[in-house]
Amino acid sequence: MRRAPETLAAWLLGVLWILPLAYAVWTAFHPKEYSARFVLTAPLTLHNFVEAWQAAPFARYLVNTVALVTLILIAQLVLCTLAAYAFARFEFVGRDLAFMLVLIQLMIMPDILIVENYRTMSRLGVLDTIVAIGLPYMASAFGIFLLRQTFKTVPRELDDAARVEGTGVLGTLWRVYVPLARPVYIAFALVSVSYHWNNFLWPLIVTNSVTSRPLTVGLQVFSSTDQGVDWSIITAATLLTSGPLLVAFVLFQRQFVQSFMRAGIR
Amino acid sequence: MQQRGIVAWLLLLPAAVLLAAFTHYPALATLYHSLFSTPKAGRPSVWIGAENYQAMLADPVFWQSLRNNALFALGTIPTSIALALAMALLVNGKLRGRAVVRLAYFTPTILPMIAVANIWLFFYTPGYGLLEQVTGRLGLPSHNWLGSRDTALGCLVVVTVWKEAGFFMIFYLAALQAIAPVLSEAASIEGAGRWYFFRRVTFPLLMPTTLFVLVNAVINSFRLVDHVVVMTRGGPDNASSLLLYYIYDVGFKFWDTGYAAALTMALLVILASLAIGQFTLLDRRIHYR
Repeated sequence: MRRAPETLAAWLLGVLWILPLAYAVWTAFHPKEYSARFVLTAPLTLHNFVEAWQAAPFARYLVNTVALVTLILIAQLVLCTLAAYAFARFEFVGRDLAFMLVLIQLMIMPDILIVENYRTMSRLGVLDTIVAIGLPYMASAFGIFLLRQTFKTVPRELDDAARVEGTGVLGTLWRVYVPLARPVYIAFALVSVSYHWNNFLWPLIVTNSVTSRPLTVGLQVFSSTDQGVDWSIITAATLLTSGPLLVAFVLFQRQFVQSFMRAGIR
Repeated sequence: MQQRGIVAWLLLLPAAVLLAAFTHYPALATLYHSLFSTPKAGRPSVWIGAENYQAMLADPVFWQSLRNNALFALGTIPTSIALALAMALLVNGKLRGRAVVRLAYFTPTILPMIAVANIWLFFYTPGYGLLEQVTGRLGLPSHNWLGSRDTALGCLVVVTVWKEAGFFMIFYLAALQAIAPVLSEAASIEGAGRWYFFRRVTFPLLMPTTLFVLVNAVINSFRLVDHVVVMTRGGPDNASSLLLYYIYDVGFKFWDTGYAAALTMALLVILASLAIGQFTLLDRRIHYR
């Protein structure tokens, strides 16, 4: 058993860490007069949420975000699986060089190349679309790396057996490799979804209208245009935007934590 | 054999096209465009050589952003890594309510930075934000935390540490669980103190994790500026402008794309030298399979 001071320290730090969020929850669920007055008898209300929901098209933003993370995830899963299989199980000219070129993206991410990527999107004529937000992220070096490492641990005998039975390249990939890498796919999916649900700067740059804005940008537009600094409503909107992910996290806490661990240890 | 080579390249093709289009091409195009003037109405873009770079070296806001970014990195990285390690050590052992405490540490990681920044913005509000209420009760004078040159960057550092420590904790936790319990049993039989054990056994064993977390933390300090957009917009008087935020400002508010390209090159050089540093440091770890 631990000594008491350590337990106390762990709890104090925990309280400190949850305090800003608790503060936001308090403000969002109480009438404006109590937004910064902490009285236990303060009445609870959902009024702030209703008002935020009606003041901006959050439903549309939510649909956009869901479409965005789904689009990115599906593209990433397909592209990274194919590329990772090539790197893990094929010998070909230029493989090491190609892999190095992939790894460059781990350091120089699309988040930084905003000026040139904006130019490209403008030339492609896709500005202000969900596709434009997703395109730079669809070929993920992180995903390719993670899956390549996983595919390399699959025994070659399984691969050979499938080939002897006359299964083609894609068939082998689909029937042997993909099922064995299931936990890694789940881990990658959780990391990817939470990353792109939360991404902000690039969507802010390429979107310009309600029809393509994800939740993060919608929240920023909502809270920076003159709301008369009504903090109760802004915090309610803030919780609304992070709500779905937060609820999913609390429900699947163990999977989330394990996924982030798995994705980090490579 | 040659046929398998073709199959491999076909498998690679879709990812390769997108990577080339949105990572390699823009990196090279940035270099190219940084040598041209920004096209304006009636005046097409012309070759100006190193003029954008000369302007950059003479631009006090560029230097200020660079200095801010260095301070921001120095402020966030050691603190969040130390806190992450402490958190991991605290929740690794037996502890009453361990799951709840771990949840509290990790939750900020799941929230969007934009939401976090909004919450903290309220926290720092002059007059009736929580921080002012606490300092007011302690009898301290009122202070505009985000609105003053001395504290704006510090406020961003605090928010970032709060958001990132729990994320890094996860990696330490995973590493701690991989350390054989035999080691600590042996140490306690030998009569080694816990601090001694941590210093001589645990900490060295965690070194690869520390390096991994360090690299991530450094990249994040140059990559993430959402909180700057929400909380300070680089102000007051550029006191909290980070390099990427300045690029955003120049590129998308002043639409000076030529100069923004030169600034992006500066950021790319920083990241490339970090990558080379990481490669020499972590080489063995990356290729161990």
